[in-house]
Amino acid sequence: MRKNWIAYPYVVWMVIFTIIPLGLIFYYSFIVKDDSGLHFTFAHLQRVFEPLYLIVLLRSVKLAVISTLICLILGYPMAMILAERQLSRKSILVVLFVIPMWMNFLARTYAWMTLLEKKGLIASILTSIGLPALNILYTENAVMLGMVYNFLPFMVLPIYSVLSKIDKSVIEAAEDLGGTPYITFKRIIFPKSLPGVMSGIAMVFMPAVTTFVISRLLGGGQYTLIGNLIEQQFLTTRDWGFGSSLSFVLMVVILLSMGIMSKYEKESEDGGLW
Amino acid sequence: MKYAVKKLYTFLIFFFLYAPILVLIVFSFNSSKSRASWDGFTLNWYVELFRDRQIMTSLYYTLVIAVISSLAATVMGTAAAIGIHNMKMVPKSICMNITYLPILNPDIVTGISLMLLFIFIKIPLGFFSMLLSHITFNLPFVILSVMPKLKQLDSQIFDAAMDLGASRIYAYRKVILPQIMSGVLTGFLLSFTMSIDDFVVSFFTTGAGVSNLAITIYSMARRGINPKINALLTLMFISILLLLVIINNRMSRDVERKASVN
Repeated sequence: MRKNWIAYPYVVWMVIFTIIPLGLIFYYSFIVKDDSGLHFTFAHLQRVFEPLYLIVLLRSVKLAVISTLICLILGYPMAMILAERQLSRKSILVVLFVIPMWMNFLARTYAWMTLLEKKGLIASILTSIGLPALNILYTENAVMLGMVYNFLPFMVLPIYSVLSKIDKSVIEAAEDLGGTPYITFKRIIFPKSLPGVMSGIAMVFMPAVTTFVISRLLGGGQYTLIGNLIEQQFLTTRDWGFGSSLSFVLMVVILLSMGIMSKYEKESEDGGLW
Repeated sequence: MKYAVKKLYTFLIFFFLYAPILVLIVFSFNSSKSRASWDGFTLNWYVELFRDRQIMTSLYYTLVIAVISSLAATVMGTAAAIGIHNMKMVPKSICMNITYLPILNPDIVTGISLMLLFIFIKIPLGFFSMLLSHITFNLPFVILSVMPKLKQLDSQIFDAAMDLGASRIYAYRKVILPQIMSGVLTGFLLSFTMSIDDFVVSFFTTGAGVSNLAITIYSMARRGINPKINALLTLMFISILLLLVIINNRMSRDVERKASVN
């Protein structure tokens, strides 16, 4: 089986449809064309860091960081509970956790739209028990709620898979040696689960910082995130240079953070979803 | 006490995860347009769904693109996996990194970069460009499903078949393919699911008049709430769930088979 030419169509395909397109993003970010030919420019990249757009970038990062933290705080205890279950019941609970993830994310976001709107279920329950109807659709909180709801399983599953591999006898040893539950957690369980935490953070932060759908549907277009800004540049304003620069910055941020994360992930080889 | 707290916590998290989906499904059977009160059971929204021209056209495009793109990705991806498997260290790791690239890259960047490519090489945005994009993001899933099967393969089996007089193609067809078939099928089903579910890449690479279900849902949801969307999402959820049950059964059968061999 030495012939490897059958991989060539794939290699050619990936060069055309993955490498060249990324090259085009680079091209439109840094090259301008005028009468005298092509020029290298930092003008588009500089625009990304203008205050007007920097606010958008910082807002996206802020919302993504807060959502990631909420997912971590809600998800870690859940992962611990899943990991310590008896084997037979464990698998059912884990499957139940995975199922919502396979519902289209538009559907999950739309579901919250119907719950949160002014005449929606939550508002009418609140008014029926005499509380003021709180209106959170089209606010920053709704966007964060949507992110947490959409991405919580991505936090729980990697942590769960690392936690369930920890050798129980190590924990027992810590307890035998007089470790309180708090110390056992701090010194043994948490450090050992760190690779799972890292890949969970990456898997929540990445889609949260790049989304434009959640912010459009639950934020109603008022809370522009970097994803919305990119979409606008290509579909409304048609400023390809600026749009490409934004995508370029986004891509560099993501690939850098994935690179840093993968250092931690190596220890847990099949900590991912597959 | 501690046990009760854990139970309550588990219940609350699952309630948070499932309540919105259940509400969505329940209200697809609600006879009034209200999203707050239950006014009786109806299948009206489902009937209207199937009468809606726009939705039926996007269903057609979704299915056609899912079938063609997952078939194409399966054939090309399986061949690629075999080829990459036989490569030496350096080209192999280059190929695998290229394979991971579209998975690591944010969807929006993949979508936009493909859109730029199609405009650059003057392929009109529409059905064909969307199909090419779907093949592109499906390929890595096929390769990553077939690769583990190839690693389990005994490389001497192929040599044995050749020694016994099989031609190269005959040996591939009769010896290698049956052994990696379960990975190939998993890759096919996975890409089919991914293709049906995709929104972001399709959104940027399609043109006027051609949209898949996800794009139609997005443009309807942007205009406000419509019980037809509930009905459509319920049906999509059920079909994706069925597909995944099939994939999952296949995978667990593999695990059992492996366990019985050992």
